[in-house]
Amino acid sequence: MPGLEDLYREIILDHYRNPRNRGELESPPALRAEGFNPLCGDEVVVYLAIGPDGVIKDLKVSGQGCSISQSSASMMSAAVKGKTLAQARATIRAFRAMMSLHGQQLDGAGDGAAATGEPDEDARSASELAAEEGIALGDLEALQGVVKFPVRIKCATLSWHTLAQALDEAERALS
Amino acid sequence: MEMTTTAAPQALNVAAIKKDFPILERLVNGKRLVYLDSAASSQKPLPVIEAMSHYYTTTHANVHRGVYQIAQEATELYEAARAKLAHFVGAAAPEEIVFTKNATEGINLVAYSWGRQKLAPQDVVVTTEIEHHANFVPWLQLREQRGNALRFLRLAPDGRLDLDDLAQVVSGAKLLAVTAASNVLGTLPPLRQLVDSAHEAGALVLLDAAQYVPHIPTDLREIGADFVSFTGHKMLGPTGVGVLWARRELLEEMPAFLTGGEMIRDVRLDGFTTNDVPWKFEAGTPPIAEAVGLAAAVDYLEALGMASVRAHSRALTRYAMEALKERYGASITLYGPRPDDERAGIVSFSYKDVHAHDMSQVLDEAGVCVRAGHHCAKPLMRCLGVSSTARASFSVYNDEADVDALVDAIGQADKLFG
Repeated sequence: MPGLEDLYREIILDHYRNPRNRGELESPPALRAEGFNPLCGDEVVVYLAIGPDGVIKDLKVSGQGCSISQSSASMMSAAVKGKTLAQARATIRAFRAMMSLHGQQLDGAGDGAAATGEPDEDARSASELAAEEGIALGDLEALQGVVKFPVRIKCATLSWHTLAQALDEAERALS
Repeated sequence: MEMTTTAAPQALNVAAIKKDFPILERLVNGKRLVYLDSAASSQKPLPVIEAMSHYYTTTHANVHRGVYQIAQEATELYEAARAKLAHFVGAAAPEEIVFTKNATEGINLVAYSWGRQKLAPQDVVVTTEIEHHANFVPWLQLREQRGNALRFLRLAPDGRLDLDDLAQVVSGAKLLAVTAASNVLGTLPPLRQLVDSAHEAGALVLLDAAQYVPHIPTDLREIGADFVSFTGHKMLGPTGVGVLWARRELLEEMPAFLTGGEMIRDVRLDGFTTNDVPWKFEAGTPPIAEAVGLAAAVDYLEALGMASVRAHSRALTRYAMEALKERYGASITLYGPRPDDERAGIVSFSYKDVHAHDMSQVLDEAGVCVRAGHHCAKPLMRCLGVSSTARASFSVYNDEADVDALVDAIGQADKLFG
């Protein structure tokens, strides 16, 4: 049985206590997407400001939720800010792969290249996938412990679903 | 209604009761299981488990169909369960007891069958801000379908319902749908007052009694409501069986809800006629073993004595609220009425700014099971200004040591979130 220390790594608690990119952007012009976790009532709002070059110039996250959902949102914001839409998609793919142990996966909105939820797709292959994509998961790797607490995976993935929705909108707007 | 007896009810022997619940012997994270989530679903005593096992081992056949002996025995057990439930809640006759899947289904049955038949766009349904979604969403959906108005009784600052404008709110209404015991706050609305006001206004009364019947002596004749829905799995019985009680004449007027086998009298190419109540509302093969298990749960509760069950719940709830306040003072917020008010055995709380999910995770590490979230009561959560709370809830197998385990474990959150 995994212990609380597997879940609540120090880096996670740091992002929870000091969330990065917390706030709102004026929308429009910023894109805005909302995500809800119907199980616990957590909600997250992601604001994206995309430059004409397709780079995420700015990104803010608001809403409220547990330490896992809030820290994941904070780490996500740090990981994709300043990246291109394609790089952000790749980061989502890598994160999905990391969270897809036990066949869990990010479903719902997002790109068509979602992790397939293969049962044998483990954290190592997520790192490999990240390496192939040229993505450094960095702090995000601290969230690996969440997969040992299946009920909490949805907490960790909430903001990522929401980001995927916002990217969908961004791509529609750019096309 | 509270039973008023002059003699104090006999105290429960919780140590002996615990032995009847095999699950309480298991360990979680190396700790003894401290189950404080009975408002979500109670655990089951051996007599319930054995009654169902015995039924399947010796008697099972479909009911109301076969002429052979075991089919007849199964039918007798199923109908005996109905009679037992009727007696347990003070129904006038077993035929007023409709077996459903759960409390939610019973309320949906009324919204669908009674609501669609009786409500016109100018009509009014009244419910409250403190309801479980089970007694809220059916009325929202009915409003969408029928175009009727929906009014709400509000939450008062003291955790009770604000009844100052009760007469005005129910005026002209066709139905008042209200909880008998809040699943979040433990609030026990004054049922007699609500029923009297509603009836005076010409409205029927539906009670969501899912958190009431398991813990409080229930006499439907005294309460005087028109529809009452509750569920088996919160009262030591199995999942998959609930009860809708309604006055017989209402059931007789109402059209069938689900249709198919069992609920039918005759079927021709040009139409059908329905069976008598309550079978008219029990389409398809019913939850037979579950009804048998629920009857065993009723036997178990009656052997304890519902007055004793209620007294235990009150005392333990008060003990918990006082212990939490004493240990954590201003760091803990307790929702709902004060400990010395009328209250069900439910304590929702927030600790510092620790999210309820994180609190529940910390408590799980200590083997303590509580519910975390919005408790299927999002309108109420908005009133309280929170997105979620942690909730401890008690049953007959909980004692002060269980509460102490909760109180001790809450402070462990400081190590991570302090």
